[in-house]
Amino acid sequence: MIDRRLADLVPPFLLGLVFLAAWELVVRAANVPAIILPAPSAIAARFVVSVPTLAADFWQTIKGVLAGYVLGCGSGLVVAILVDRSDFLRRGLLPFGNLVSALPIVGIAPIMVMWFGFDWPSKAAVVVVMTFFPMLVNTVAGLESASSMERDLMKTYAATDWQTLTALRLPAALPFVFNALKVNTTLAMIGAIVAEFFGTPIVGMGFRISTEVGHLGIDMVWATILVAALTGSAFYGLVAAIERRVTFWHASFRRREA
Amino acid sequence: MKSLLPITTVVLAVLAIWYVAAATLNADLQRDAYANAGRTDYSTAELIVDSLNMERPKLPGPHQVASEMVKSIVVISPTSKRSLVYHGLITLEETLIGFAIGAALGIGLAVVIVSVRWLDRSLTPWLIASQTVPIIALAPMIVVILNQFDITGVAPKAAIAAYLSFFPITVGMVKGLRAPDPLQLDLMRTYSASQSQTFLKLRAPMSAPYFFASMKIGAAAALVGAIVAEVTKSEDGGLGARLLAGSYYGQTVQIWAALFAAAALSAVLVGIVGLVGRIAEHRMGFVR
Amino acid sequence: MTETASMFRPAADGFGSPRSPEPAIEVSDVSLRFETRDGPVHALSHVQLKVARGEFVSFIGPSGCGKTTLLRAVADLETPTLGDIRVEGMSAEEARLKRRYGYVFQAPALYPWRTVARNIALPLEIMGFAKPEREARVKKGLELVNLGGFGNKFPWQLSGGMQQRASIARALSFDPDILLMDEPFGALDEIVRDMLNQQLLRLWEVTGKTVLFVTHSIPEAVFLSTHIVVMSPRPGRITDIIACNFPRDRQLEIRETPEFLAIANRVRHGLRAGHSYDG
Repeated sequence: MIDRRLADLVPPFLLGLVFLAAWELVVRAANVPAIILPAPSAIAARFVVSVPTLAADFWQTIKGVLAGYVLGCGSGLVVAILVDRSDFLRRGLLPFGNLVSALPIVGIAPIMVMWFGFDWPSKAAVVVVMTFFPMLVNTVAGLESASSMERDLMKTYAATDWQTLTALRLPAALPFVFNALKVNTTLAMIGAIVAEFFGTPIVGMGFRISTEVGHLGIDMVWATILVAALTGSAFYGLVAAIERRVTFWHASFRRREA
Repeated sequence: MKSLLPITTVVLAVLAIWYVAAATLNADLQRDAYANAGRTDYSTAELIVDSLNMERPKLPGPHQVASEMVKSIVVISPTSKRSLVYHGLITLEETLIGFAIGAALGIGLAVVIVSVRWLDRSLTPWLIASQTVPIIALAPMIVVILNQFDITGVAPKAAIAAYLSFFPITVGMVKGLRAPDPLQLDLMRTYSASQSQTFLKLRAPMSAPYFFASMKIGAAAALVGAIVAEVTKSEDGGLGARLLAGSYYGQTVQIWAALFAAAALSAVLVGIVGLVGRIAEHRMGFVR
Repeated sequence: MTETASMFRPAADGFGSPRSPEPAIEVSDVSLRFETRDGPVHALSHVQLKVARGEFVSFIGPSGCGKTTLLRAVADLETPTLGDIRVEGMSAEEARLKRRYGYVFQAPALYPWRTVARNIALPLEIMGFAKPEREARVKKGLELVNLGGFGNKFPWQLSGGMQQRASIARALSFDPDILLMDEPFGALDEIVRDMLNQQLLRLWEVTGKTVLFVTHSIPEAVFLSTHIVVMSPRPGRITDIIACNFPRDRQLEIRETPEFLAIANRVRHGLRAGHSYDG
C-alpha cells in the first residue's frame, strides 16, 4: 500500500522537475532579466541567503493566521451549535451566512488595520471574519446531516436534546466541520497576507511581497511566495492528517478489512 | 418563502447590533470632539446621535453608509472619479474579462486532464495542492511584471482575476467530468462509443451541476482577484483603489460604501450565475 | 370507505391469550392522516388491535398499507390523528419515555464512529447504566446474536447480516419488554435471512418478549409469528388476522408442511383481496 502511494507520487514529482528545468533553461537561454523572471536557481540562492528575514516574516504572519483561525473557527462552531437550537434562527442565518461566504471579505482589511493597528491583531481580525462564516454554514449543515432513522433511534431511547447532540449529531457533523477547517486554512493565509498589503510593521510576508515588488527585488518576492506556499500546504496537510485520524470512519477514508 | 420572516429578523438584528456597536465605538471619539470644542453640557441622547453622524467615525452607522452609497451612486455623475458607479464598472470590466479567460482556460485544461492519462496523473496532484496555497500573494508581482512589458490598464488586473478563478474552475470541472460512475462508462463501452462520443453524450452533460458550482466560485474569486489587484495598482481606479484611498485618508464612510458596493457586485454576479445554473439544471432534469 | 374498514374490523376482544389480564399493546380505533403536497394520505384508518404479552405478531401488506406507520405510532414516532394507543397500560409517549420497547429499523443504523460494542452500549450510556453493568450487558448481547469476538470491529467492517444482528443486540441491551421490528431483514439475501429468522425465533423463545414484526415476506411472517396481521392500503387498514400455532421450537423444515402452506395461502388470499391494481 505504501509502495502504491509512493508510485502515485512519481509522475507529479517528475512533472515538477521538468517544469523547473524548463524554467531554468528558458531564463538562461533567453537571458530573461531577473526583474521579470528570476531563474529557480537564483530564487533558491536568495532563499538561502535570506533565511533570517524570511523566518521573521513567517512568524509575524503566522501569528495573525493562527490566532484568527482558532478564534474564527471556534466561534463559528459555537454559534452554529447555538443557532441549531432554533429552527427560526437557522432559517434566517443560513442564507445570510451563505451570502457573506461568497463576498470579498478581504476588503475589510483596511478597516481592521484602522481598528486594531498595524501589528498582527488586525490581521487576526480579518482572518476571524473570513473563517467564521464558512465554519458556521458547514457546521449547521453538518448538524442536519444525521439521517432521520438515526434520529428516530435516539428518540426511541428517549434521549435528551443534549444526548442526541453529543452522541449523534456532533460526530455526524465532524466531516463537515473538517471540510470548513480545511477550506479555512487557505482563507486564513489569504486574509493575513492581503491584510498586510494594507499596512504592517516592517515585517510579514505580505509586507515583504509588496515592498520587494516596489524595489523590483523579484527574487525575494518569489522566495517569500515559496514560504507562503509551503506554509499553506503544510497547514492544510496538518488539518487533513488530523481529519484522517478523527473521521477515519467516514466513507471517504474507511477500508474494509478482509 | 417561509424563510422570509427569519431572514428579515436576522438582517434587522444585524442592523441593530451595528448601531449599538457604532454608537459604542464612536462615543469616545465624539467625547474628545466635544472636549476640543469646549462643550460639557451634552446629554446622552445628543452624544449617541452625534456619535452616529461623525464625519470620520471608527464605525459609521448604517444610514451613513446608505446615504454615502446613494450619493456616490445616484447623485454624483458616473463619469466622476468620486462615483461608485465609475469605480464599480472598472472592477466589473476586469472581473468579467478575467472570469471569461479563467473559465475558458480552466474548462479547457480540465478537458485535457480527463482525456490524457499521463497528464492526469502528473498534473492533478499539483492542481489540488494549488488549492492550499495562497496564490493571491502573487498578485502584486504579476502587476509589476506585466508593467515591464508595458501591459497596463485593465489587462494586469484581468489577468489576476483570471488566474484566481482558473484554479477552482479547473478542479471543479475535473471532478465534474469524472462524475459518471463505472457502470455508465461501461454502458458507453458496450456501444463501442468513441472517446469524443463518451465525452459529449455522458461526461459533458453529467458535469453540468459541477460546472455551475465552479462558475459560482470562479466568479466570486475573479472579483476578489480584481479588487486585490486594484489595491496593488490603485492609480487606475476601481473598488479596490477606492478602499485603499479611503484607508489612506481615514474616510471610513467611503471604505464601507466601497465594501458594500463590492459585496453587492459579488452577490449579483454569483446570483446571476446561480440563476442561470438553476434554470439550466432544471431543464436538463437534474432534480433539486 | 369506513364501511369497508369496519367490515374487516376484527372483533374487539382481539386474540390475546386469556391468562394475561392486560394486553402488552392495545390499539383502539386509530386513524392517522399525513398532509402532503398532493393532498391528505390516509395512512391508517380505524385500526383496532390487541397484542397479548409474549406474542410474536407480524404485519404484512403491500407498500402504503400503513404497517410501518402503525409500528411507528406504537413507538410514538408518529402521532395518531384519532384514537388511542396503550403500551403496557401506558400511553405510547409514556412508554417511550420509560423505554419499554426496543426498535429495530429497516437499516442497521449503527453509528460508524463507534465500534460494534460501543454501538450496543449506546442506549445503555443514554439511560445512565454504570460502566461495569454496560460491559457485562454488551458482552451478553454480543453472544446472544453470535457476534462474540466482533465487539472491537467497526460496523462498516462487518457484513450486512452481522450489522443487523448487532442492531438487534443494541435493541435488546436494555432488556425492554417489547421488541418493535420494521422489516429488519428486508435488505438481506435469502440464506442470511433464513438464518437470522431462526436466531430471532430462538431469541424470542429464550427471552419471552412481545415482538411486533413488519415484513413483506409471506414465508417469514408465517414462520415467525403467533399471529399474522394482514393489511391493505388506501386507506391503510387491517383486513385479516390469522392465528398461527406452530410449536415454539419450530425448524425451517416446517415450511414444507401442508399446515404451513395452508396458512401462507390464506395470507396470500388476504393480500390479494385487499390489493387494488388500479393504483
